[in-house]
Amino acid sequence: MLEITNLHAKVEDNEILRGIDLKVNAGEVHAIMGPNGSGKSTLAGVLAGRPIYEVTAGGVTYDGKDLLGLSPEDRAREGLFLAFQYPVEIPGVSNMYFLRSALNTGRRHRGLDELDAMDFLRMVRGKMKLLGMDESLMNRSVNEGFSGGEKKRNEIFQMAVLEPRLAILDETDSGLDIDALKVVAEGVNALRAPQRAIIVVTHYQRLINYIVPDFVHVLYNGRIVKSGDRQLALELEQKGYGWLGIPNGTLSPAAVAGAESVLAR
Amino acid sequence: MSTTREIEALANQEYKWGFVTPVAEDSVPAGLNEDVIALISAKKQEPEFMLEWRLKAYRQWLKMTEPTWANVHYPPIDYQAIVYYSAPKTQKDGPQSLDELDPELIRTYEKLGIPLREQELLAGVAVDAVFDSVSVATTFKEKLAEMGIIFCSFSEAVREHSELVKKYLGSVVPSSDNFFAALNAAVFSDGSFCYVPKGVRCPMELSTYFRINAKDTGQFERTLIIADEGAYASYLEGCTAPIRDTNQLHAAVVELVAHDNATIKYATVQNWYPGDKEGRGGIYNFVTKRGKCLGVNSKISWTQVETGSAITWKYPGCLLVGDNSVGEFYSVALTNNYQQADTGTKMIHIGKNTKSTIISKGISAGHGQNTYRGMVKIQKSAEGARNYSQCDSLLIGDKCGAHTFPYLEVKNAGAQVEHEASTSKIGEDQIFYCRQRGMSTEDAVSMIVNGFCKQVFRKLPMEFAVEAQKLLGVSLEGSVG
Ligand SMILES: Nc1ncnc2c1ncn2[C@@H]1O[C@H](COP(=O)(O)OP(=O)(O)OP(=O)(O)O)[C@@H](O)[C@H]1O
Ligand SMILES: [Mg+2]
Repeated sequence: MLEITNLHAKVEDNEILRGIDLKVNAGEVHAIMGPNGSGKSTLAGVLAGRPIYEVTAGGVTYDGKDLLGLSPEDRAREGLFLAFQYPVEIPGVSNMYFLRSALNTGRRHRGLDELDAMDFLRMVRGKMKLLGMDESLMNRSVNEGFSGGEKKRNEIFQMAVLEPRLAILDETDSGLDIDALKVVAEGVNALRAPQRAIIVVTHYQRLINYIVPDFVHVLYNGRIVKSGDRQLALELEQKGYGWLGIPNGTLSPAAVAGAESVLAR
Repeated sequence: MSTTREIEALANQEYKWGFVTPVAEDSVPAGLNEDVIALISAKKQEPEFMLEWRLKAYRQWLKMTEPTWANVHYPPIDYQAIVYYSAPKTQKDGPQSLDELDPELIRTYEKLGIPLREQELLAGVAVDAVFDSVSVATTFKEKLAEMGIIFCSFSEAVREHSELVKKYLGSVVPSSDNFFAALNAAVFSDGSFCYVPKGVRCPMELSTYFRINAKDTGQFERTLIIADEGAYASYLEGCTAPIRDTNQLHAAVVELVAHDNATIKYATVQNWYPGDKEGRGGIYNFVTKRGKCLGVNSKISWTQVETGSAITWKYPGCLLVGDNSVGEFYSVALTNNYQQADTGTKMIHIGKNTKSTIISKGISAGHGQNTYRGMVKIQKSAEGARNYSQCDSLLIGDKCGAHTFPYLEVKNAGAQVEHEASTSKIGEDQIFYCRQRGMSTEDAVSMIVNGFCKQVFRKLPMEFAVEAQKLLGVSLEGSVG
């Protein structure tokens, strides 16, 4: 479904991705781990087409087509979804209206009728319940004044409604309390299907306990330095990144997780 | 960046309302003098007092100079090159019904999205359509008349309701008020008149659609709305103009009078031709709008969405004379390309416990310059007066400008005055977030801007709010880069 070959990308003259190779098949779940600043969000952003990143070499195909030639909105309409590490606030635009517009652009793209407010509400009720999205959150402005956890939950709720074929979750677990983590993981697992692929970027073993990946990759310094199955995540949890030859001074996943949870408060 | 290029492509969208209607026009020669004024007055079969009033205004105007304090820049206007009167020719003296109208005119209205017949039947909107200078069609008049409501063209009011006109004309905006108001008083050709009698709640939105058609015609309309004790009226005004490469002057005056316990709501969606991308052509919109809350507990509320015109110079205000009276100003002003807007309000608190609210949303894109200029004046007599002002500016791109000039004059120590202001930029991250969810850049910008304007849009009647949102979207096309 997704094939990344020798991908190089830079931002403002800094080369961040230095040759990424990764193949993701339909039905698979991949976890990407790695120390802070290693390029995980950059990879997610490049795949989604964020304009600040410039691809300098390599390529990406999605369903055999050139992904990098598509505009960000066309990638989205073709079923690529990014759950943002830092979801963006849009004052004055209701969360409900925003999501309905998003859904309708996708539906138009697929030649389906647009949903009006009533049909939309009927359609999303079950998913609101699944993800514990309160009606009041739906009527507030997009992410404005949402708590950290509410923002992440909202991302997964959007994903559940848009039903993407390729979902990339960038640290959706950070900032979530234990119960919320379970709810979000359930939301993700509900989307697991033979025709879909999911990439989760995370620092935490505990997410991987809930969303069991088929593959785990370690990204460091713009490259994938190690790939394995879920055992790799367990090993990292115990031994830190030093074990992989990543220099001391780089934070271990446990330390990162600790720091993250402090920051998320 | 790919976004820049895409956005530049979007910038080539054209002004959708820029068609010219080929009808035979009845015009007076260009230029202004007492003879031209007499001719206008005669053509309109006005009573003597109107001619006197016009000439007095003209003589005052001759002694006045064009104001220069506004933050707008334009080459000098040649007032002798302007045609001050232009009316579509009709077979008889004036149209008695819609059937008598030139079919071309009807088609123009249809292109504007106001098929009068359908509106008459469906929308429940009484439309007084002003085509250039003469009011060509007034619908719903009979229904309103049954309730004692007068809604007609200004010319008709001058002839048929001259006592009311005499009593209220110039009572809120005197002919000597300012340069443009004086010019309007001398040469105004038509406009709308509305009187809602005691205790009557006008059951429908009253609406005027202004359109400047003839070449080099200044349009000088004049609107007067009176809500007598306990009356209620809501008025909608929409404006468009065809594309011309020269600039056209538009100097209108609107006066509102609210008696005891009366309410007037006045909403404008202004979409005059803004000029092209290089700043050629476009309407010069110099407008004086003012309401007088004369009675106790009276209320006047202005809502404006200003997206058009090359230059906008406009400060709809309220004189809060009656005790407990309320003035409101909700504004969205957008400048794109080389548009300039200097707009805001004046709230003058005179009566006790008077209250005013100002919400201004300025959006600047391209090379647009957007200035908020507002005055809150609290007289000594205004015991317990309160004002709240909020001025927010949104910048799109880095070649535009936003400026805020709030003037405050408080002569009563017990008054409460609050002012908040903010300036923000549409973020790359906001646009990308929307695009990642499948929306085009254009839709993303329009959604973000509409969110920014929400406080104002929710004050507009439903259909108008939808219209205003679409208009903002169109006016913003190609603005990000
Ligand atoms: N706009 C920018 N200008 C310069 N450097 C940038 C910019 N954006 C990102 N970087 C740098 O790129 C590197 C990779 O950042 P990225 O956000 O991809 O890391 P990450 O692996 O997601 O880290 P984290 O685990 O902290 O989220 C970092 O060193 C970061 O400082
Ligand atoms: Mg990151």
